Amino acid sequence: MTISFDQVEVGTELPAQSFPVTRATLVQYAGASGDFNPIHWNEKFAVEVGLPDVIAHGMFTMAEAIRVVTDWVGDPGAVLDYGVRFTKPVPVPNDGVGTVIEVTGKVAALLDDRRVRVDLLVKNGENKVLNMSRAVVQLG
Amino acid sequence: MALDPSFIGRTYPPTEPYEVGREKIREFATAIGDANPAYTDVEAAKALGYPEVIAPPTFPFVITYRAAAQVVNDPELNLDFSRVVHGDQKFSYSRPVHAGDRLTVTVAIDAIKSLAGNDVLTVSGKVHDESGEHVVTAIMTLVARAADQAGE
Repeated sequence: MTISFDQVEVGTELPAQSFPVTRATLVQYAGASGDFNPIHWNEKFAVEVGLPDVIAHGMFTMAEAIRVVTDWVGDPGAVLDYGVRFTKPVPVPNDGVGTVIEVTGKVAALLDDRRVRVDLLVKNGENKVLNMSRAVVQLG
Repeated sequence: MALDPSFIGRTYPPTEPYEVGREKIREFATAIGDANPAYTDVEAAKALGYPEVIAPPTFPFVITYRAAAQVVNDPELNLDFSRVVHGDQKFSYSRPVHAGDRLTVTVAIDAIKSLAGNDVLTVSGKVHDESGEHVVTAIMTLVARAADQAGE
């Protein structure tokens, strides 16, 4: 189940995933994370501060994106470093359908000690919502 | 008003320990929709070599964000939080957080820069367990829009 360093090369693609987000998802994440900023649940407030709609927590998007890596490698503790830059908000309409965060990843570099760098591409519609989204992963 | 660069290097006292509970990890994993058994099943976590269920990679932010309130609310720094957005986030792990951990966070201001009239503040939170071993460092960049700049 663990991915071996010998199985991968630069360019190896990780299985892509899509993560749906609804208003209910954001309320649940607010409670679990303790981040109750109203831009994530109160449309009136969000619009008043200049946002197009209620937006997803950046940390929620970051949490979803790394699942492409942890589901691939099996052991979440194999992630040694993980960083992102938040570039665009993810608006979540109140229509019961919400939106989708789409994540693809590929091995971008082979490192010493059987580690690899994985670069993630995280999109919402046409927008790239995270930039410089990278993880260093210990392989077997 | 630009932030005072003399705050670079300021370190805040370690926080009181945060005790990581199994059910808190389960709640967080459920909220992100992640069914990895290492987060909820002790036997699955042990099979991976951990003493207890482990937390998802971004879980430490729950603790470090709370600790970073020391910076945000520092009256001497005078940061206007209503103008702040989260710019970057990084984690460097020595090991995953697991249930039963009692974690303290030592927060420091690593950098203050001015970019296009905005203040860019880099805040690190070093997380240690009860025995003093390093668990994870979370580095957060906050961007405070200039006060005279109209919101978009």
